[in-house]
Amino acid sequence: MNPRIEVVALDCLMLRLFDEIAEANMPWMLAASERLRGAFGEQLIDLVPSYTTLMVHYDLTALSPSQARELIAEALIDLSPNAQAAGQCHVLPVWYDLSVGPELDLLAERSGLAVAEVIRRHSAREYQVFALGFAPGFAFMGLVEEILAAPRLSTPRKKVAAGSVGIAERQTAAYPVVSPGGWNLIGRTPAKLFDRNRDGYSLMQPGDTVRFEAVSHAEFVNLGGDDTPLEALA
Amino acid sequence: MSRLTIEASTPLCLLQDAGRFGVRHLGVTQGGAADWCSMSWANWLLGNNLDATVIEITLGGFAVVAAEDCLLALAGADLGAQIDGQPLAPWRSFKLGKGQKLLFTQPLLGARAYLAAPGGFEAPKVLGSSATVVREEFGGLDGMGLPLAKGAALSYRGESLLLREVPLALRPDLQSNAPLDLVLGAQIGQFSGQSLFDVFNTAWSLDSRADRMGIRLLGSALHYQGQPMISEGIPLGAVQVPPDGQPIVLLNDRQTIGGYPRLGALTPLALARLAQRLPGDKVRFTPVMQERAWQDHIHYLQSYL
Repeated sequence: MNPRIEVVALDCLMLRLFDEIAEANMPWMLAASERLRGAFGEQLIDLVPSYTTLMVHYDLTALSPSQARELIAEALIDLSPNAQAAGQCHVLPVWYDLSVGPELDLLAERSGLAVAEVIRRHSAREYQVFALGFAPGFAFMGLVEEILAAPRLSTPRKKVAAGSVGIAERQTAAYPVVSPGGWNLIGRTPAKLFDRNRDGYSLMQPGDTVRFEAVSHAEFVNLGGDDTPLEALA
Repeated sequence: MSRLTIEASTPLCLLQDAGRFGVRHLGVTQGGAADWCSMSWANWLLGNNLDATVIEITLGGFAVVAAEDCLLALAGADLGAQIDGQPLAPWRSFKLGKGQKLLFTQPLLGARAYLAAPGGFEAPKVLGSSATVVREEFGGLDGMGLPLAKGAALSYRGESLLLREVPLALRPDLQSNAPLDLVLGAQIGQFSGQSLFDVFNTAWSLDSRADRMGIRLLGSALHYQGQPMISEGIPLGAVQVPPDGQPIVLLNDRQTIGGYPRLGALTPLALARLAQRLPGDKVRFTPVMQERAWQDHIHYLQSYL
């Protein structure tokens, strides 16, 4: 870890902790988040974590830029990784099927694996939630096995169904709501990923871990999943 | 209680407040009035909290009819407002009598007008704010992110008897050609020398591709020479440079994280001015130190006291 504090805006500072995406960053990121929330208290407007950075947006009527910078520096003194405070582990049921995950074939072809093996491998790992972004509740997770990695579609889809599970490079994610998107789709989860009436709103939070569990079409529908094929949405 | 009925609207007429905070780590955008200075003045005129819910009217095409006598306030762009055909200039509170119609026709000066009501317009708070974000389906009259629509009723609960104007000396100058203050960001040194020269010494033209997520600027192509970036938090006003070299200034409804290199971020005051410019207008940038910009900002906030 090599922490640096950078200016990003009049009332925002970027704490850069790492230079590479890695699962091992997470205990440090969580520890730093906790320290920063404590240090800024009411003067924190937003703390935006990403893979290697934490953006601190503070109340500029309460703190000068130099005071904010000092608060961050002090918060990092004797920082130690927060391993046991790792977040919740979620199990997301997924119906892996070509009708809702048309790139299953493509990933099988690229990897030389059978479709069933692609599914088995995607659902075998426990993934870290690195960051949320793109849309409310959209969690960037990883890392998927190298052999399953695939670049984003060259032409993004105009409409991706809510719950769609996809892969881009070595990351995986599920779309909380219908949106445009360029990830390789492999299945669909019935889980409600963002709910304005739920405490905390988003099912997944940065630092949580996620495992995907393959379910049958019947289970998927039972859990409230919408099995409308992707083409029917276009 | 319903006090105003919307007779005409467009997808660019939205309920807004200061925005949605404390949820950006969940991927929820900030939202809120694009010209926060004018929103604040509209509320100031009525003695409201400066962040009370207002109507942001972009470019015009909006009309309301009063169901009873109202006292309202208008600040920001001059969108050719009329009360029953009589011109109404911004930067003042005014009476709208029962049955009278307030109409916004077309932009005469600036892009966004803010209409305030005593105590703020009634709207549910979704994740702490009534700010309308159409893409995320948050805020607005029903909380589901819809723009204001013809036929809808607007209500408010406050009282105000303040008939007044924003003093001339305090009104934002929407015609000002002063350069926009840019707080330099961490990647600034990784743009080519020619690019740095061009950023601060040439004019940038507002593209028609502009919305509440961002405003594209057209000019010399800028060259970033650094490593590709890993996505990170994006502040309000960030000036990012995608591979085509044409900068995009990110506004209130921007995505929460992103991976394009940035020149820095406009100050909130500069961003409010940019939000009043129209496609084809030209702007310039000037670099400013964070500490200096902060002092200017704190000084400006005192004008609302």
